[in-house]
Amino acid sequence: MSPLDLLQALGARALKVFRALGHHAFFFAELIAHLPQALRRFYLVVVQIHAIGNYSLVIIAASGLAVGFVLGLQGYYTLSRYGAAESLGLLVALSLVRELGPVVTALLFAGRAGTSLTAEIGLMKAGEQLAAMEMMAIDPKSRVLAPRFIGGIIAMPLLAAMFSAVGIFGGYVVGVLLIGIDAGQFWSQMQDGVDVFDDVGNGIVKSFVFGVACTFVALYQGYETQATPEGVAQATTRTVVISSLAVLLLDFVLTAVMFSTPR
Amino acid sequence: MGRRGIESLVGVFVLLGFVAIFYLALKAANLASFNTGETYTLTARFDNIGGLKVRAPVRSAGVTIGRVASITLDTRTYQGLVTLEIQKSIEFPVDTSAKILTAGLLGDQYIGLEPGGDDKMLAPGDTIKMTQSAVVLENLIGQFLYNRAAEGPAEKK
Repeated sequence: MSPLDLLQALGARALKVFRALGHHAFFFAELIAHLPQALRRFYLVVVQIHAIGNYSLVIIAASGLAVGFVLGLQGYYTLSRYGAAESLGLLVALSLVRELGPVVTALLFAGRAGTSLTAEIGLMKAGEQLAAMEMMAIDPKSRVLAPRFIGGIIAMPLLAAMFSAVGIFGGYVVGVLLIGIDAGQFWSQMQDGVDVFDDVGNGIVKSFVFGVACTFVALYQGYETQATPEGVAQATTRTVVISSLAVLLLDFVLTAVMFSTPR
Repeated sequence: MGRRGIESLVGVFVLLGFVAIFYLALKAANLASFNTGETYTLTARFDNIGGLKVRAPVRSAGVTIGRVASITLDTRTYQGLVTLEIQKSIEFPVDTSAKILTAGLLGDQYIGLEPGGDDKMLAPGDTIKMTQSAVVLENLIGQFLYNRAAEGPAEKK
């Protein structure tokens, strides 16, 4: 292989990446442009919130409780070494509200709701339902994609808030009821250290951003899938992989912007 | 399931979400005691503010009655100029003293106000005259070593 071939391969790779990025950007802009039409027929959005949100309730609540339990146990183990076991409430609440709530919910969301969105739209495409809609002069973007997009964006922050709330309850169960930390200390330390806007507010902003990212990736992968069984399978896998990586990367960026600035 | 059923289920979902947000805001972050009530400002100059931070509590007899609003350097006297926001209903005599104290051994620093006995009260914008700086560990150690040295070699051993 001559150096020129290598150079060409590198260029081709770069162009492919740029083309994909541009395609995503145009798709995103188009999706945004179709949102008002979906809002006009709000019942379509309601159905999607039901499909995305209500069916995710159980897994979100169960995971939140489990994460809260573990945080309570592990946090107590570390804090008791420094004689600061009473700060357990603060540790559990801050970790959940700032990081674990939005991030773990987004990862579960990608696995639970993202995959079903991709598979659903992918199969619609494979079954040529989307093409049939276009034949009837119905724009699939405003009829199929936009309601799902809005539904995902509405459901995600609510799910993340539930995750954090259930998690704090889990930390309370382990810390106060099981280990026996003073309940007053547990809550007052938490309330002293958690700020409504800096911590809770930023957590909600995070989960909103993750909701946009996860839902967008799922819709894009479903809409651009190859219309074959293998294509849909691959698109579903890609949804989970890309959403998860996007969430972790975005989380780092958002955390750096939100929490690292000295106040 | 009809339209009515789905809509009510979504209503339950959205309601649960809002309950969770309010739970976080009220129970975890204590929005209820978030004091948006009327405040007035006092200023105090400290030779050294130590690790005092903006929004640190101002306490009197251990009760939180305000917050530190801002910390700047007074370029004329080269002292730390600290602005305090105190709840409007609480007044202090003019000979009140302010100290920078530490909660616990390694805790955060806060300002403790000790009221004096004067009949006249501090008006909004007034300056607290008597202040005591934060304890800086290095200075303390330096002082200790200096005292040991001053005791002379005769005392050694």
